[in-house]
Amino acid sequence: MSINYSEKIPNNVNLSEDRTLQRALEGWQPSSLNWRDDMGPVGSTNMDVYLRTAVSVDPQGWAQFGHVKMPDYRWGIFLNPGDAERKIHFGDHLGEKAWQDVPGEYRANLRRIIVTQGDTEPASVEQQRHLGLTAPSQYDLRNLFQVNVEEGRHLWAMVYLLHKHFGRDGREEAEALLERRSGQEDNPRILEAFNEKTPDWLSFFMFTYFTDRDGKFQLCALAESAFDPLARTTKFMLTEEAHHMFVGESGVSRVVQRTCQMMNELKTDDPKKLRAAGVIDLPTLQRYLNFHFSVTVDLFGADESSNAATFYSTGLKGRYEEGKRTDDHQLRGQSYKILQVANGTLSEKEVPMLNALNEVLRDDYIKDSVAGVERWNKVIDKAGIPFRLKVPHKAFHRNIGALKGIKVSPDGRVVSEAEWNAKIGEWLPTAEDRAYVQSLMGRVVEPGKFANWIAPPVMGINRQPVDFEYVRFN
Amino acid sequence: MSHPQTVDYQTNPSLYKHWKLSFDGAIATLAADFDENGGLKPGYKLKLNSYDLGVDIELNDAINRIRFEHPEVRTVVITSAKDKVFCSGANIYMLGTSSHGWKVNFCKFTNETRNGLEDSSKYSGLKFLAAVNGACAGGGYELALACDEIILVDDRSSAVSLPEVPLLGVLPGTGGLTRVTDKRHVRHDLADIFCTTTEGVRGKKAKDWRLVDEIAKPAVFAATVKKRALELAEKSDRPADAKGVALTPLQRTVAADSLAYGHVRVDIDRAKRLATFVVKAPTAPVQAEIAAIEAAGADWYPLALARELEDAILSMRTNELDIGTWILRTEGDAAQVLAIDAVLVAHKNHWLVRETIGLLRRTLSRLDVSSRSLFALIDQGSCFAGTFLELALACDRSYQLALPDTPERAPKITVSDTNFGFYPMATGQSRLQRRFYDEAPALDAVRARAGQALDADAAFALGLVTSNPDDIDWTDEIRIALEERAAMSPDALTGMEANLRFNGPENMFTRVFGRLTAWQNWIFQRPNAVGEKGALKVFGKGDKAQFDWNRV
Repeated sequence: MSINYSEKIPNNVNLSEDRTLQRALEGWQPSSLNWRDDMGPVGSTNMDVYLRTAVSVDPQGWAQFGHVKMPDYRWGIFLNPGDAERKIHFGDHLGEKAWQDVPGEYRANLRRIIVTQGDTEPASVEQQRHLGLTAPSQYDLRNLFQVNVEEGRHLWAMVYLLHKHFGRDGREEAEALLERRSGQEDNPRILEAFNEKTPDWLSFFMFTYFTDRDGKFQLCALAESAFDPLARTTKFMLTEEAHHMFVGESGVSRVVQRTCQMMNELKTDDPKKLRAAGVIDLPTLQRYLNFHFSVTVDLFGADESSNAATFYSTGLKGRYEEGKRTDDHQLRGQSYKILQVANGTLSEKEVPMLNALNEVLRDDYIKDSVAGVERWNKVIDKAGIPFRLKVPHKAFHRNIGALKGIKVSPDGRVVSEAEWNAKIGEWLPTAEDRAYVQSLMGRVVEPGKFANWIAPPVMGINRQPVDFEYVRFN
Repeated sequence: MSHPQTVDYQTNPSLYKHWKLSFDGAIATLAADFDENGGLKPGYKLKLNSYDLGVDIELNDAINRIRFEHPEVRTVVITSAKDKVFCSGANIYMLGTSSHGWKVNFCKFTNETRNGLEDSSKYSGLKFLAAVNGACAGGGYELALACDEIILVDDRSSAVSLPEVPLLGVLPGTGGLTRVTDKRHVRHDLADIFCTTTEGVRGKKAKDWRLVDEIAKPAVFAATVKKRALELAEKSDRPADAKGVALTPLQRTVAADSLAYGHVRVDIDRAKRLATFVVKAPTAPVQAEIAAIEAAGADWYPLALARELEDAILSMRTNELDIGTWILRTEGDAAQVLAIDAVLVAHKNHWLVRETIGLLRRTLSRLDVSSRSLFALIDQGSCFAGTFLELALACDRSYQLALPDTPERAPKITVSDTNFGFYPMATGQSRLQRRFYDEAPALDAVRARAGQALDADAAFALGLVTSNPDDIDWTDEIRIALEERAAMSPDALTGMEANLRFNGPENMFTRVFGRLTAWQNWIFQRPNAVGEKGALKVFGKGDKAQFDWNRV
């Protein structure tokens, strides 16, 4: 089969003259289409969706809007413009020239990092594939599809690295990215959070707010990499990741806004009454938040990690905003405080900084996610309601590292098994909560109309009106 | 090479300092008369016929000259020209002052030389008789053990001994323990006494314990040796009337980062710590008839190639310790290589061809025990066929370039008869047998394609190459594999490679090398041997060794 590369696949990696890539893509692209048919958004094939497509990396090119049939969306391959003189700015190779090729010594670790990152991209599409059937508005449906196609493009970006730089191994790994399936017992996605279900739109908004933000931090850390192609491709991915978090933050915010509006209308904070009125009560929102936050902070990995130390020292993965930090960028002899449980209480212990770099990134992430939660609280404040959403303590509901399985309340107390069991229904979404939220889900297709449980956005996409026909169902 | 420690394995009898080589019809005599002041390095004296690498380089040269220059010789008598001492083994002060790497390389080469005596006895009818006419200790006895027979002078003082354990806190390094048991079948408890007794065993007891084959009083010693040498000679089919081939000096150009011979070239990339060996096929058909082969002599391609390759391997092994990866390439026309194989097979019983095959066999075996990562690159212009294919089969990995778009230009490999047992490894297996664990289906499948030029996919399908990257993948695939290899611990790689290469049956030879690497590498590194008060360090200084008594 022959592909007109520059036409079909917008790129700035000289695809039309790169035999390595062409050959790899000739094998991979059909599989990728099969994957999309099998696992992409259900029932989306005939719709014209108002999508943003990246056709180049310059300001005009990275966001081209227009109605596109989902199967015709062009997944491009882009690297941020390179700096031929770029130097490695952390780790043992500090000051050396950044690598344009994979050093053989680090092949296995780099491949693992790229595969792990790449695996999350199709995974989230799989998790979200049924949501299109219950979208609360055309506007939201369009956003879902935008997120989906961009996750698909991010998969292409990681596959590009595997194809371009890892030879036969890379091609096999790229194929395997299409073979794993979110939540499938025999061939699951690599990271646990990506095997969870995203069963409803509240979960979707929470996921895009919290879990896509993990993606942002991982990408930021990889954007510092000594392996220049990885740094450049993740930098470009970050421009798109911002939109995903916007979808999550504004989505939750609109749910909060609608709930507060109803609370004021009914002058009640009684969840039963609010549920009867078809909105999602704030305690339920808090439980969803607790769940998504805790599952996501696990994604940063064990609090003490030899891999984290190795990845940093060898220059494969930096810290968030490594370039803006002013320490020695090697971190030997430095320490960092992590949590431990001793004598029934949480306490801090100092460990070597290099081993604690997962924790460092996790703490940076937590700071960043708290900010958005505060913006949701402003919506609640503005409605004059005395309630605050809070991110739970980072030891709450953890399933990796030293805190795995420790029973800690959202406010950071180590609790007994009995207390945990008694309170769990107040802290994490119950089956009843989930069933209720699920009961609200129903597709709203008319332009400008929104489901009862969510407020309309302040403005539309790309300065279009809110009632713009974002999706033509055909 | 430029730096002063460089060791040169090339020598000739006019330069010998240590061995006296004489000929008497079917019998050659190699008499040890080591020059005390002729050590390869400063800092020790080769007293009492104790040896260092330089002595063994002469020995290796002498044996090769007997093989090629003196086809009439059927028995080599190894004896001493010194009074009361045959050979007292490796020089202890040399060992005490050498780096570990030096000791291991030294032991490896001396082992290869001793195994070579047994190899020649087995394959080309050259017999060896140790005429032990004085004290025979450690490596001296190990040299005797490598001979077909040992005659010990029964003078009430001369003894054979392996005093390494009681005296030096190490093990015999050239197969002494293994040959005492495996070859000579000395009962293990008697061997235990023998190996822990500094002064050794002499006279009748030495014979009773099977440590020697015969003892002879001084008055009859010479006659006994001569008689037995002639009897051994009768078992040999070496020709009485053939004309030897002079081993003329190798044409070799040594530069800072390369070694160049007529048919072999080695280029060193110091930054990447790798060396590329290129073996070039002849450009014209080799002499195929005996008369022409004899006339060509040392210039006959197969012989010249074996000598050059051997020198290159030895030189790289000794002089370039941190060049951890050797890439093996070939250049030329596979048809010429297969033509050589046809000649070797046709005349394999002729003494000169047989010796040439022997030198090739032993040289390939040197590759097997080289502590370097060996990668064969089978790319365009290569000719890995038959004998040359053995080079690839000896490697830890082989990569063959696939050219799906231009199959006519794709490099091919060819299996020939010589790959089926012509060049057995130390294990006694061919490298193909080793590769396929002697399993008939795989070997039959290869045999069915013998003589056919196999492209990368065909070779890969048969399991003959490790990987078959195409032209798109080739450069990166090779670069990454080599970089990855170069980053790993050299010690761990040496151990791993030896484990995987010698995967087949064990025999005396593999045990000699295996035990050397497994045990001696450990013991030689331990404080009990080489610490401040280690036995090897304090030897001869009047100090008593101090040991850490914990058993490990």
